[in-house]
Formats: sequence, C-alpha cells, structure tokens
Amino acid sequence: MAKAVTQSILVVGGGMSGLSAAIEAAEAGHEVYLVEKNPYLGGRVAQLHKYFPKLCPPYCGLEINFRRLKNNPKVRIFTLAEVTSISGSEGDWDVSIKLNPRYVNEKCTGCNKCSEACTMEIDNPFNYGMDKIKAAYLPHDMAFPMRYVLDPALVKGSEAKKVKEACPYDAIDLDMQAQTVQLKMGAVVWATGWKPYDAAKLDTYGFGTYPNVITNVMMERLAAYNGPTQGKILRPSDGKAPETIAFIQCAGSRDENHLPFCSSICCLASLKQSTYIREQYPDAKITIFFIDIRATDRLEDFYRKVKEDPNIQFFKGKVAKIEQDAATSNLILRVEDTTTMSLHEIPAELVVLATGMQPNTSESPVPTSLAYDDYGFVAAMAARPGLFASGCTRTPAGVSESVQDGTAAALKAIQSLVRR
Amino acid sequence: METKLAVYICTGCGIGEALDIEALSKVATKDCKAPICRNHPNLCSQDGVQLIKNDIANEGANVLVIAACSPRVMYDVFAFDDCVVERTNIREQVVWCQKPNDEDTQMMAEDYVRMGAAKAKKTELPEPYKPEQEMSKDILVVGGGLAGLTAALEASKAGYQVVLVEKEAELGGFQKKVAQKVTFPYKELTANDLNQLVQAVESDSGIKVYTGAKVEKISGGPCVFDVSIKQNGSTAEHHMGAIVLAAGWQPYDPANLDGKLGYGASPNVITNVQFEEMFTSGAVVRPSDQTPVKNAAFLQCAGQRDPEYLPYCSSVCCFTALKQAIQIKQQDPDANVFVVYKEMRTPGQGEDFYRKAQQEGIVFVRCQSPEVMVQGSKLTVEADDELSGEKILLADLDLVVLATGMVPATAFGEDFKAVQPKEGEEKEKEDEIKVPADAILVSDILNLEYRQGPELPGLRYGFPDSHYICFPYESRRTGIYAAGCVRRPMGVAGALEDAAGAAMKAIQCVELTTRGASVHPRAGDLSYPEFFMQRCTQCKRCTEECPFGAINEDEKANPLPQPTRCRRCSVCMGACPERIISFKNYSIAMIGDMIKAIEVPEEDEEKPRIVILACENDAYPALDMVGLRRMTYNAWVRVIPLRCLGSLNLVWIADTLSKGIDGVFLLGCRHGDEYQCHFIKGSELSEIRLSKVKETLDRLVLESDRVRFEMLSIADCDRLPALLDEFAARLVEIGPNPYKGY
Repeated sequence: MAKAVTQSILVVGGGMSGLSAAIEAAEAGHEVYLVEKNPYLGGRVAQLHKYFPKLCPPYCGLEINFRRLKNNPKVRIFTLAEVTSISGSEGDWDVSIKLNPRYVNEKCTGCNKCSEACTMEIDNPFNYGMDKIKAAYLPHDMAFPMRYVLDPALVKGSEAKKVKEACPYDAIDLDMQAQTVQLKMGAVVWATGWKPYDAAKLDTYGFGTYPNVITNVMMERLAAYNGPTQGKILRPSDGKAPETIAFIQCAGSRDENHLPFCSSICCLASLKQSTYIREQYPDAKITIFFIDIRATDRLEDFYRKVKEDPNIQFFKGKVAKIEQDAATSNLILRVEDTTTMSLHEIPAELVVLATGMQPNTSESPVPTSLAYDDYGFVAAMAARPGLFASGCTRTPAGVSESVQDGTAAALKAIQSLVRR
Repeated sequence: METKLAVYICTGCGIGEALDIEALSKVATKDCKAPICRNHPNLCSQDGVQLIKNDIANEGANVLVIAACSPRVMYDVFAFDDCVVERTNIREQVVWCQKPNDEDTQMMAEDYVRMGAAKAKKTELPEPYKPEQEMSKDILVVGGGLAGLTAALEASKAGYQVVLVEKEAELGGFQKKVAQKVTFPYKELTANDLNQLVQAVESDSGIKVYTGAKVEKISGGPCVFDVSIKQNGSTAEHHMGAIVLAAGWQPYDPANLDGKLGYGASPNVITNVQFEEMFTSGAVVRPSDQTPVKNAAFLQCAGQRDPEYLPYCSSVCCFTALKQAIQIKQQDPDANVFVVYKEMRTPGQGEDFYRKAQQEGIVFVRCQSPEVMVQGSKLTVEADDELSGEKILLADLDLVVLATGMVPATAFGEDFKAVQPKEGEEKEKEDEIKVPADAILVSDILNLEYRQGPELPGLRYGFPDSHYICFPYESRRTGIYAAGCVRRPMGVAGALEDAAGAAMKAIQCVELTTRGASVHPRAGDLSYPEFFMQRCTQCKRCTEECPFGAINEDEKANPLPQPTRCRRCSVCMGACPERIISFKNYSIAMIGDMIKAIEVPEEDEEKPRIVILACENDAYPALDMVGLRRMTYNAWVRVIPLRCLGSLNLVWIADTLSKGIDGVFLLGCRHGDEYQCHFIKGSELSEIRLSKVKETLDRLVLESDRVRFEMLSIADCDRLPALLDEFAARLVEIGPNPYKGY
C-alpha cells in the first residue's frame, strides 16, 4: 500500500467525540492534532452535572481522558483555535488553523494572581451567563490545559497593565495576536458538535423574558457545585427553592417550525434532571410534558425508576403557551389535553425547556465542500474520502454514542493514511 | 544502576510565602539524605527545568523528587528520560488548602517530602513486558453478521489480517432475512446492500473466513491468543492479537409472550421477524390462506419494556414496524395499517421516517395494553386509545405483527458458577473474602480458557456491554471487544459504527500490547506485576479478585499470570496475603515506606495523624480541587494516592496503626450496581478487605472506627473538608492510638 503524504490526523473539536477520536488514534500509534475553539477541552460534557443513567460525574471520565492525553505525546493540542480552510485530498490535506489569542502563554502556572488583581467581570460562558467571572480566569475546575485566559475586553481596557504586572511568571502577553498556522494532514475528523437550540425562538414560552423559564443546559449548571448557585437548584428570579417544576420536552425538537428531528437525549436529560431536583427537594412536585419518552435500550431501566417516583408526573401533551404572573414570577402553562380536548392551566415555579441540539455545522460549516442533510448535519461519516464526521456533527447522540462514533472515525482516519 | 536522589523545592505559587523552605530543605538533606537539594522560585520555568537537567547531566542525579505542584499539571515540563520522577504535591494539597506559616502546614509539607523521597527510592523504571511467544497483530472476529462483517472489513482496510468465524453456512447473519432497511437519511426505505458487504469480505485477501464453524477454544491473551476453530470436523489453529465479539442476537421467543397478544392462537399473528422473512421471500399475505393483506396492525413492545419479559427496549422495533407498515402500504395503498404503540421511539433524523409513515396514511394508536382476539381467520385488536380516551376495536384484521425484541447471543447458556465443578470439600475459611462474582453464562461462543469463566461477563440482561458511559468499549476481558447487537440493542446505522469502533479498539490493543504497554484505562503503562512464586501459598485470592480474569492457574494451583491480559490496576497486589506481587514502580513496600516516613508527634502534642489512601483518578483530583478553590481541610491528613483502592493491602493498615498513626481513611469510587471504579470492583474489594480488618481491630481492642471507607467522586470536592473534619473529630473522641511512641 502506498503511504499518504503525511501520517498525521487532524481532529477538529475537543468535545467527547473529537477527544475520543484523537486519543484512540494516538494510542494506536498515530500522530494527531486536536483543534478546539474553547480555551479548554471537554466540550459540552464538561458543563454537565451528571450523566444519565448512572448519575456519575463527567469529570471522572474526563480525568481519565486527560491523563491519556498527558501520557501520549503524539497528540498536539490547539485550544482557542479554529480551522479556517481545508483543501487537497485524502492523504494530502492542506489545513489552515487560526489560533486566537489567550493573552496567557505557557509560563502560566495557574497561581490565580492575575485573577486576584482583576476587578473587571464578564458573564461566565461556562455557566451560560448565569453568573459573573473575573475577566482573567480559569474556565472551570478541571480546565485542561490548566491555563488562565484573559477576556479580550480586559486586554483592551484600562486594567490590562495592572493584571499583567500581577503575574509573577511573565505569563501574560497583552500583544498576543491571532495567528494562522498551515499544516499538512493525512486525514481529518470533524467533530464540532452542537449548540442548544435558541430557546428565544420558541416565542410562546417567554424564554429570555420570564426569568424562571430556563433551558436544560442551564439546569445542569444550576445543579453543579461549580455552577452559579454552588449546586443549589434555585430559581433565577428570586433565588427561591422551587416547589413545582415543569419540564417541557421537545422544546423546538420534532417541530417543523424549529428542529424537525428528535434530539435523542432530551428525554433522558429531563428524567435525570428530575432526579437532581428530587434529591434536593423531597417535597417538590415535577410534571414532565412529553410526546414520547424515548428511553431506548437499557435506558428503559432508568425511565422505569423515575416513573416510580410519585412526585414526578408524566403529562402527554404539548404546552401551547407560558404566561408569567408578574407579582410572583410564577408561571402558568397552558396545555391542551388531547384526551378531553380541554385546556388546562398548570402553575409552576420553574420551567425547564428541553431544548434540542442544533449542529454547529448548520451555522459554521466545514470549510470545504461536502454534503449536509436538511438540518445541517454532515450527511455521512465518510463525508469525503479522507474527511470524516463524528458525533453530534452527524446525528444527535448521547455521550456513549459520541464516543463510539469518535472511535469509529479514528479508524476511518487511520485507513486513510494506509490507503493512498 | 547507581541511584542519586535529588530533591527540588519550588517556592513559587505561594509555596515560599507559606512554608519555611530552609527547614523543608533540611528534611530533604538530613532525613531523606538527599545529596542534592535545591530551591527555585519558579521551577517549571525554563530556568528551573535547566537546573534539574544540569544535575542530571553533571551530578548524575537520577531519582528526582519535585516538591511543587500537583502531578496532574506540568506533566510535560517535569519529564526527564531515564530518571525516576516523583512529584510531591505541596501546592494544591498543602499551601493552597492549609493555613500559611502554620506549624501544622509546615509539618504536612515536611512529611510529604519524606514520603516522596521514600516512594522515589523504592521506584524502578519499568521495562516493557515481552512474552516468549511471537506476538500477533491479527484480529479475530467472531460472528459474520452485519457487525462482524463490518468489523472484519474495517480492520482489514487499516492493514490488519483478520480471521472471521461464522457459525452458519453462509455469511450475513440476521440481515440475510432483511430486504429493505431503515437508515440514514431516514427518508425512504433503503435496499439492503448486505450482499455487497459479504462479497467485499469474501474477496478481501486480508480476511480468512470460516463459515459453518465455531470457536472451540481460546487461550493466552492479547497478541498471544491461541484460537482453535472447528469446521467440518477439523480444527484450525490461529495465533491472534485481539478479538471482536459480534455474535449478534436472537429474537425473543414469542411462545413466552402474554396470551392476550394472541401468538399461537392464530397463524395470522406473527412476529416482526416472521414478517421480514415473509416479505423477503415474496409478498406479504395472510398466513392462514395466503390471501392478500387488507388490514393489519402492528403491536409494539410485545414482551418488551416489561420486567416480566424483556425489561429493556430493543431500540429498533419502532423503525421496523414503520418500515413493515409502509411495505404493506406500498403493496396495497388501500390497505388499512395500524401501529399500536406505547412510545414511538424514532430518535435523531429517524423522526423523518416517522413523519413519512404518517404521510403514507398509517394510523397510529397510542395504547399501553392492547389485546388480540381471534375469530376464525380474522383478528380484532382491542385498544384503549390514549388520544381519544376511548376503547377502540381494530376489527377485521388479516395480520397482527408483534414487535418482539432482541436477546443477545451471550444471554443463552447456564450460569458458569453453577456448572463449575466444586473444588474438593474445602470448608469455607473463616476469614474468607467473598469476591463479587462475574455474571458469566456458558453461551459457547468464545470458549475462553480463563479460570474465571469461558465468556465475557454480562452487564445486565446478558449484554456484555461496558458499564462506563464515557468508555463504551471498556472490556472486562482485555483485548476482547463486543460490537453490534450483542453489546446492546441497535439498528443498522449504529451497528456499522459500533463495529468500526470495536475494530479500532482491537487494533489499538495489539499496537499497545506489542509495545509492552497496558490498554485502557492505564493506557501506555509499561509496568506489570511480578510474582515471587516461592512464597505463594496457592490461596487463589489473586486469581479470584483480578477484575479482568488475567490470572489463570497451573495444575499445581499456582497462579499463572497472563501479563498481556493485565490492566495494571494492582488489585492482585492488594489481594495477596503473602505480599508476593509487585510492580517495578508500585509495590507494597513502597506504600509501606511512605507510611513509615510520616512523622508521628508524641501523644501530648495533640497532633493526631490520619493516612488517606485515595484513588488517584477521582479522590486525588477532588483533593486538588479543594486546593484550587482555596478551601481548607484538616491539617492532620497525609494523602497517598493509589492506582486503585483495590490495590489496598491490609498490611498497610497494620503499618499505619502500629506506627501510632491514629486513623486510616480510604477514599474510593462508588461501587455496587452503579459502580464508578475504573477497575470494576477494586473499590468494592478494598471495602470488603477493610471490613475484615475491622473485625481484627475489634478483637485487638483497637477501635475499629480508626479505619473508615468512604465513596467519593471526583466532583465531591465540596464534601471533603467536612468529611475529613468529621473523621478527625471521631479520632479525637476515641483518643490517641496507644501504639504511639512504640
């Protein structure tokens, strides 16, 4: 077999699928470049409180994966980086990677002095803007690489110099510029994942207007100790412990006006989140509004367990509209009961919208020509010879499936290297 | 090799301001007798690293203790070839979580330097394991259905030789019955292209196919598997590297279904599998008289999602029903076709296919408990329609199709424990440690010559799946990876990816193993257990407790380790009462020396000491996070990270308590049904062992509360300070360890 021009594999996206693809290929002996647009690896899973159905913390598996990376010099990591162009063909790709400035170099020890010196605060992106963080910050407790970041607003502002001087190790570089590196790659795995569907587009639900209407990804942060409320699930309007909580399934998903497909994970996510609430508030009452509960394979066990909880009610029906009581910020859900054709008004103190997955490729496509499906997912794993899509770039998937897919994509990429 | 110890103390990140560095250095040079001890204000800088490099080059320093930040950071900076490097964590786990310039803080740091030096002195650089036999990188695939064929082809395309074994006379598996499939992009029915796949496999020179064959025996381990394949009365032998198990599934036996579903009461009540066969062999007709089907109903979840039958969902039956319903409609657009379902499960883009079925005019009835009534050749389904709230009758039906589920091929066969011949009449010893046994059914698929059983252990319902959400290919039998519907119920699209994923893991396994390295989760680890056999008493604990079945037994009942199966968790080391198992860089003596290096203040100083044995993957990072958040915890604790709590050897408890240390706190991962221990049952085993020692302590009138086990996850940093204080308070209550000063 003729060899490819270069034996390196480019993996774009450091979330669960890309991380897996990169590590799996590297452990089989291949050289990998891993490109991530955030300042840290781990993607969406790093922001989850627990996984369903085991209710175990994502940090646990991330720690193992990071250790695998640490032990494997074959993986080169670029954070705050984006692939801007891909040209060429299987075995011989030319790739441009834009490295955005972190303003902190490799001398950073993680000592926190810059953050102590900084008074400027920004919305915390890790917590979906639900709290503030210093503009010189470590993105989260297990940020990998463990290196601080300066927000561009801080760098442009008057405090920049003070923050720079606070660093004892000369790790802050205020003049850092975006730069572009050109690499030759043998194969590419695209795993840029998903983003939560914009709940503000669900105009009858009042997200963004009613503070106590939140999304499922926000609920993950509320339940997490390193979230905005130190793990206490409190409603945003007044910090009160909610007594009645409603989950609205398929908020945007399975809806031809929004995301016509099913996002696969939201049923289990809501079941899981209902256990977070029940653990903290033994008297809280939960209603889950659903079309179908899609607990496939052994996940059925988890559904069965949650159903046994008398405080969790399942209501088949779609919520037409949410209204807010201005005095209490409580919410009233208008629901059509399809059985009796009657309209119900159901009160809730907190509403969680189970918003779905929008593929990031629907807004930021792969910078080369390839086929997408109607919804912006890459149409096939073998998107082109030598270029593979994996994880939620291809289809809405849970964590296990994303890892499975990333592992498969790693093999396809390796085949590209031996094929030419 | 001559060793020379050098201790480096970083004074950056607040260390220098919080500690008396001169006193700390004195500990290194006096107590630890380090010929070299240096400080640096920023050890991880180029300049600091150069300092170390100079000592390596000029002074012959080769055992390096780096007292600085956590080993979880700056791992690439403090990496020195051919040197023992011990990272002593005095940043996260001392100065960031303790009061600065406090006597207790100083004592803690000093102990850590002593412990680090003790550990480093006992560490040798591991040399990779090379078996005597030649190592093979070839991949064995068991099962020639969709997943097996795909795994074989994918491995071959990556340049690996493959042997494929299929029990039937022809390749293809269940998919041979299937004419049309449902897969991406989920818009239309897709013609099944299985034949192309079969041809590709058959014409691939890298794949040796055995049909009508079975695996009679597998011995050895990764890269040294010896596989006997029986075909037509003769046996072929292959030396293999790794294995993909793709043995597929069997339909649930419809005879076991609830009678009200009507199976057996009329030939016109069939299963979804029988429907496939009928469609593929020609037209869909009424079985009783071969007349065309005008009215049909599909009853979903037949004996599924029901603890009395199959408790799980088989994932594909909704798609199958939609497909079959459309097939009837395409055969006769005027046919009335009903799908009676509990939950319609068409995830992802599969929703489009559900939408298509609705557009085709198929009628959906949501009902939890339909009943089939037989009137001659006609059938009626009675259903409580949840949509209308009324009882409806679907009458005049020619055909009822029951969605029966998937049973993995591994779920058949007797329980291995039940069929295993009992060894002698040995009475159960009083101090016998009951090891939670693996659920292995003798399903006659792999026929492993492993002491712990001939097949992969099942997880639930007989699926030999991984219990780890983030590691779906974790296997409890190293180098053997399950793929496709034997692993968990999945459709065509899922099986293709799963097969490629499993092939990837098999390839990775042979690549790592031929380098002498461990596979996941300690991927790349070159150490392996060595047994000092002269002292073995054949107690069998190592063979029983190894979570991966890596240790067989010879005829004389001696343990027979198979190092390429080993995952380096060191559970065997913890299990061995004779302490004959050790790794070059991890041993009982090493941890023992770390414990002995702790200075125990006299009783009147009122400074109790607590040894924390912490899982290095979860509890240890959680302790780091306490420091990262600048929370504080008890100053009496001394943390020793373990590869897995399962490596806990009870002698360490004795070492600790006989030294006058007041308590031992074990921080391990969650165990039980939802275990999080990365080595399956290591954490559980440590707690079992601890319970034994508690009994002994009570007998010795040494309070058993001095030892404690707690399950702690990596995300539990918030729980830690109170947990440690609470234990310390209990120790104060108990009073000082009477062995102090002995």
